[in-house]
Amino acid sequence: MTFDTPTIFSLFFYAFASLLVIAALRVVTARNPVHAALFLVLAFFCASGLWMLLKAEFLSLALILVYVGAVMVLFIFVVMMLDLDIEHLRRDYKKFLPVAFLMGAVIVLELSIVLIRSFIGTNAPVQPMLEELSTNNTHALGMLIFVDYVYAFEVAGVILLVAIIAAVALTLRNRKDAKSQNVAEQVNVNPADRMRIVKMGSDMAAKQDTRAEKK
Amino acid sequence: MNITLAHYLVLGAILFATSVVGIFLNRKNVIVLLMAIELMLLSVNMNFVAFSHYLGDMAGQVFVFFILTVAAAEAAIGLAILVVLFRKVDTINAEDLDHLKG
Repeated sequence: MTFDTPTIFSLFFYAFASLLVIAALRVVTARNPVHAALFLVLAFFCASGLWMLLKAEFLSLALILVYVGAVMVLFIFVVMMLDLDIEHLRRDYKKFLPVAFLMGAVIVLELSIVLIRSFIGTNAPVQPMLEELSTNNTHALGMLIFVDYVYAFEVAGVILLVAIIAAVALTLRNRKDAKSQNVAEQVNVNPADRMRIVKMGSDMAAKQDTRAEKK
Repeated sequence: MNITLAHYLVLGAILFATSVVGIFLNRKNVIVLLMAIELMLLSVNMNFVAFSHYLGDMAGQVFVFFILTVAAAEAAIGLAILVVLFRKVDTINAEDLDHLKG
């Protein structure tokens, strides 16, 4: 069985695409946000399969790793941490249902007319784009990112750093009831504030001793 | 029947319309709004990958790579804001967030 035969390709395409659309619809209509998040995971898996069909292996695996592995886990974590009043949040749900789906249908119709008229004849290129490099998708993508787009790559790294710092700074809070070290205060301490040396004569010390004994 | 570029583009359009519908339906629930935005970015990425494959230009996939990066950063900051918001006002209903009187 060769993978490139058009029938098998289209079979996989329609399977993944229909599952993706169903999952996306369930994401936006699911009652429970946890279910919505899990359907979104399913949608990402289907999209990853579709990208695999388009020979974008690196991105399809990165989609699973980054989205399913990190972003969706974060989503589910936050959904479970918050105590939501779902009934209140979905009160006007029925009212918007017809107009929302009407709008969605109009958008699909318009975009489909334009896109199908323009691109129905565009088949996959006979000569694959990796032919000149004679290597795999990951290698080609790496060559592009680290040679042509290295500046943008650095900027992306900075954006991620900003995201880390912003997320930590936003959610960090100082609790009053928790005991913790204040290192700056500890380092800044002055010996003079802690210990006082009192000079006194020896006879005075003896007097104090007898006074203490009388007590 | 051959799968052409139009198939993928229409699929992207359907995904995009679905997420627009989701924004309409869940206009109060900020978490589902964020999920709809993720879905929207996915549809855009789908178009990029499809164009990249069918037009034989790897630059589209590089762009998807950067979109993934920015989307991850956006989700992290968005959820952090959501957690802080929930701590402050004890709700994530978008209609209760009217402190700015806009």
